[in-house]
Amino acid sequence: MQTVKMVVTGPFSAGKTEFIQSVSEIDVVSTERKISSDGEKMVKEATTVAMDFGRITVDEDLVLYLFGTPGQKRFDFMWEILSEGMLGFIVMVDSARPETFREARGILQTFRAYAPTPYVVAANKQDAEDAWEVDDMRHALRLDSKIKLLPCVATNRKSVKTVLLELLYSILAEMESGG
Amino acid sequence: MALRGNLRDFTITQLLNLINLAHKTGTLIVDGPNETAQVAFREGKLAYAAIGQEDNSLATILHKGSKLTANQYLAIKQRSDHVSDKELGLLLINAGYVSQEDILASLQQYFIDITRRLFTWVEGFFRFENDMLPPEDRINIRLDLENLIIEGSRQLREWEQLQDEIPSLEMALKFTDRPGANLRNINLSVEEWRVVSYITPKNTISQIAKATKMNELEIRRIVYGLLQAGLVEIVRPEGAPLPMTSNMFPTQDKEEQKSLVNRLIKRIRSM
Repeated sequence: MQTVKMVVTGPFSAGKTEFIQSVSEIDVVSTERKISSDGEKMVKEATTVAMDFGRITVDEDLVLYLFGTPGQKRFDFMWEILSEGMLGFIVMVDSARPETFREARGILQTFRAYAPTPYVVAANKQDAEDAWEVDDMRHALRLDSKIKLLPCVATNRKSVKTVLLELLYSILAEMESGG
Repeated sequence: MALRGNLRDFTITQLLNLINLAHKTGTLIVDGPNETAQVAFREGKLAYAAIGQEDNSLATILHKGSKLTANQYLAIKQRSDHVSDKELGLLLINAGYVSQEDILASLQQYFIDITRRLFTWVEGFFRFENDMLPPEDRINIRLDLENLIIEGSRQLREWEQLQDEIPSLEMALKFTDRPGANLRNINLSVEEWRVVSYITPKNTISQIAKATKMNELEIRRIVYGLLQAGLVEIVRPEGAPLPMTSNMFPTQDKEEQKSLVNRLIKRIRSM
């Protein structure tokens, strides 16, 4: 059995766990814990402390694993461990929380430095009333026009599939260009 | 219990707050990455500060504050070896060179500047010596700490933001491939140029900081500025182990790898 993995990263409460849950064929092995900080509790009740783990069986010989990184900064020591051997990565950004954009940019830069693998950025929660336009987010995140910034709703399977496919297309394109 | 610890756990701002609230008298000694600073307090107010081997004599402080001309400064330096700051201050006031307000304002500014520099120290050890007072021959001031604490809190927030932007100093920098950008036409400060001169994917940010004798906050500030201007990008240091590329795929055969990605695409499309 061959296995490959992709990493889903992003700031706290960006929607990483939901993203994996939407496409994983197994219940996501989540290591969520109740949040102790009042500030973070205002955003959500539980957070991932080690990693989320989802699976997509491709065929008899191949399985894709999806790993979600813990969003809180104090667990960033896990990032490098999780990034090892990844095929590519997805940076989730909450489109309705511009205060997290800066952190998302920092995470993106760190992961790029860990691994020169293809990546895409998912502008999550595009269905939220106060979600930023993708074009505005591109400016705020200072993303080059070559980097794929995709509108996403992590609870919507079709939307998540699109993001995964775009990442795979990028991986294929890089392989074909000899990267 | 002695007031001592690590700046990582207890910041300068928090220390000032504690000294202010407890109306402490004594000297805070901070061993930073490159030098040691001593800041003295009387009943919770800033009284005196000194840093490293820096010349903090009254004549030098007044000269730096443009209260003494170069000639006056030289004359004093040559002839006042055995005169204390307090005596010198009186002589200068009596001679009509400076006023008492000039002296106090210059000293206040100098001590504030030292304390501000401490805000940038995020590494180091501190201890508060209750019985240690400023040298007797030095002029003391009495400055409320509230404004400094507010300023320090702002800087702390800046530090936290910079940590978000640049989470690790073990990464390297490289100039972005921007065809239109010409570094010569960009106005950089001396410090920025010093950093720029070390930018290569071989040097980590922490190595650049060491070479340019900058602390974590200073190097982060400059790197952040360069990132914001789109001049540089963060990359993995050249020569660092690359565990991820070697085992991304279960096979090393390029065609098999492509086939594997195509199978993944097909599977996800069909979901």
